[in-house]
Order: sequence, then structure tokens, then C-alpha cells
Amino acid sequence: MSEVVNKAKVPSEPLFSKKNRKLITDPLTDNNPVTVQVLGICSALAITVKVETAVVMGASVIFVTALGNLVISLLRNIMPPRIRIIVQLVVAAALVIVVNEILKAFLPDVSEQLSVFVGLIITNCIIMGRFEAFAMANKPWPSLMDGIGNGAGYAGLLIIVAAVRELLGSGSLYGFKLFGNAIPGSETGLYTMGYVNNNLVILPPMALIIVGIIIWVQRSRNKSLQESH
Amino acid sequence: MAMNKESNVYTVIFATVMVVVVGGILAFLSLSLKDKQEANGRVKKKIEILSALLSADEMSKIDRTNAEAKYDEFIKEGVLLTSTGILVKEGIEGKEAAFGVNIKGEYKDKNIAIKDRQYPMFIAQKDGKTLYIIPVIGKGLWGPIWGNLCISEDMRTISGASFGHQGETPGLGAEISQGFFVDRWTKSNEVISDEAGDFSSFEIVKDGSGTKPNKIDGITGGTITSKGVEEMVNRCLVPYTVYFKTKKS
Repeated sequence: MSEVVNKAKVPSEPLFSKKNRKLITDPLTDNNPVTVQVLGICSALAITVKVETAVVMGASVIFVTALGNLVISLLRNIMPPRIRIIVQLVVAAALVIVVNEILKAFLPDVSEQLSVFVGLIITNCIIMGRFEAFAMANKPWPSLMDGIGNGAGYAGLLIIVAAVRELLGSGSLYGFKLFGNAIPGSETGLYTMGYVNNNLVILPPMALIIVGIIIWVQRSRNKSLQESH
Repeated sequence: MAMNKESNVYTVIFATVMVVVVGGILAFLSLSLKDKQEANGRVKKKIEILSALLSADEMSKIDRTNAEAKYDEFIKEGVLLTSTGILVKEGIEGKEAAFGVNIKGEYKDKNIAIKDRQYPMFIAQKDGKTLYIIPVIGKGLWGPIWGNLCISEDMRTISGASFGHQGETPGLGAEISQGFFVDRWTKSNEVISDEAGDFSSFEIVKDGSGTKPNKIDGITGGTITSKGVEEMVNRCLVPYTVYFKTKKS
């Protein structure tokens, strides 16, 4: 595959030029795949109950988008156009299986919590979206940057939503019990004063509401995201 | 590239090469990680068995690194029963056989008739007492639930328990794995059989009458999971009570 990459042309711009840095930073804010492009919402609802699972899920998606973008970009000139979607799907699926197998072997407990959702990264629209929209038309290095940026944009949002849900729903953050022990009969901390965890926050619809609030805040602060009509 | 990328030949060759390469990579990865994944599964199973036997304090000292040693320290023998409570294997041989039984797989497999399911039990020695650990399997609201019940020396009283689940609703059904729910099974001398040795069933209740014998308070908002636990325990324990009855007589 490497022969296809045009080696003769030394990249005239530095690796971390302003343009390339923008590929990473843009998806974090103004072009966030979840809040602006509204992709990958379904998994954002499912695995944001705890911060730890959100972190692992985010890392897995960064891995898949970054490497997938790189591979697709390397293959873009030799890929038969008629089966390009299938090729993209195979690359995404292969990378997801790699992630899943590695998690099962080295992080078995987290892997259990994520259960089917690692496998479902395959269907995450962000991945196919970036392959088709960016990697097919750009060189490997910018594609890698773009993949990392979009994966990180997804991961960042996931972690914010998970932090809110874990704090309000379970009274903890990354597993640390901030409000004390909630178990009836042996409460400590805030719970002795009658504080109760909000079970509604644990349920998936609340994730949608939190994502909605984040989108609202982002759009009200950033005029360029507001539709004119 | 002189090749015509639109041609059928090129497309087929590209697809073939891609599938072979990707398949090869994944097969290699799967094979090289298989041992580690299976070992993880075995350790997890041992931790679950131990969690019914040991208190929460003792369990907090057990993690994936020392679980196998602790398992061998406590679990001395095993027993394998048929669905009618007839002994198949026991002793040291039974320990291996009982551990090897995949009750989750048998429960799910429609091709295995209910009467053909195997019923493993682990016999532990702790503080000079013989304790019996019975694995149970059932279904909750979203997926499988399972557990281990520890029966004390009198072959009747539940002295320890642990429950697990795959994907019950966090904060609701998922609470079955929490200490407060487990305590409801272990703290009030619940018995699995009457004086004569016949099975006595359990009931999960909503009205707060959980202090009465063989009644357990369910979990608020987790009714279907709680009922799943009830069904699981009532179904799985029967062969063991038959075995205990014959053993005592």
C-alpha cells in the first residue's frame, strides 16, 4: 500500500501546521461530531452512566477513527470505487474487533460493562462519515489528525455527559463516592441529610436531555452555529 | 497505476486480497489472545464463587491476581448432580467437573432439555466448617442474571450469596448485585428446605414482609429483575435439596 503514497513530494507544510492543528481542535468545539453534526448519539446515550466506561469507549473510538482514517487514506488511490463503502466497512469492523479482543484480554471488567457497545462502534456514523468525507480525499497525515480530532470530540462529549450522570445518578465520579454511602441503613455523608440519588439521570432518556442542554449552551454561545431561519 | 480500477477483475482481486489480509490479522489476534481471555473468564467465575463464601471485607482483599490461589485454598471438593438430584461425580474429581460445567450455556441452549442440565456444586472448607456453594442462573429484565448461594453445614441455611447480571438497569434491577440485597438473603437464616429436607420455595415480596421466613423484600423499581431472582432460586435449588436429603438420611 505504501507505494501509492506520493513519496516524491516532500510535504511543504510542517506536520503540525495551523491547518493540521485545526483538524484536531475543530471537532472538539465548533465542529463537534456529536453536538454539531449530531452523529453517534445512540452510543452516547447507552454508555454514559459511568465515567470509566465513557473513557474506555472514547479511547476505543479514537483508536478506530484515527487508524481507520489512516488506512483508508493510504488505500484511497487503489481502492475500486464501486466497492469503497464495503472496504470502509471492513476496515472499521476489523479495527473494532481488534479493540474488542484487546479489551477482553486486558481489561475484562470494563469490557463486560461496555458489553455490546464496543462491537457497535462499527455502526457509529462518525467513523464511516469521516472515512467517506475526509480520508477518501486527503493525505494520510491530515487524515490521521482528523481521525484523532473527531474521536476526541466524541470522547470529550461522552465524558462530560457521563460525569453529570454519574455524579447525579450514583453520587460518584470515576468510581469515587463523593457524597458518601447511599445504601439504606448505613448511609454516610450527604445521604444522612436525606439526599437521594436521582435514578432518572441513570436512564437513557436523561442522556439525551443532557446532550440537548450541551448543544443549547454551545449554540447560544457560538453565533456561527445558529441557523439563520 | 495502469490498472483500470473500474474493471471487474481488479475489483474482485482487491476484495479477495483485502479479505485474506484482514481475516489473517484477526485470526492471528484472536488466537494469540484466546488463552488470556479464557483465563479471565475462569478467574471471574472463581471470584463469583468465592464472593458467596466470603464476607465483603474478605472479598475486598481478593482481586484478579490472587483469586485462583484463594479459590484453591477454600474450595476442596465439588459435586455434580443430575436434574433429579442424583450424584454423578464427587470429591476432587467432582471439583474439576463442577467447575467445567457451563450452566449459563446450558440454560441458554435450547437443544439441551431441562432434565439434561447439569447441576454443579462446590464444597468449601472455611474455619473448620463445610460449606456448600450452589451456582444459580436465570433471566432478568434485559439479559441473564446469575448468582451463587452458600449453604451452611446444616445443608439448609443460606449463609452467603452473591448475584450478578449482564445488563440490568443501573440503579434499579442492577442493585441485585449490591450488598444490601444480598444481606436480605443471608442475614435472617433463610432456609432452602424444611426440617424433613423437602424444598421450601422463596417469595420476593413488595409489601415489606421480607422479615418473614422465606420471604425476601424485592427492589423498588426492579420488579422484573427481582422476580427473575425468585424464579432462578426456586428452579435451581431443587436438585440440591434432593441430594442433601439423601445425604443426610
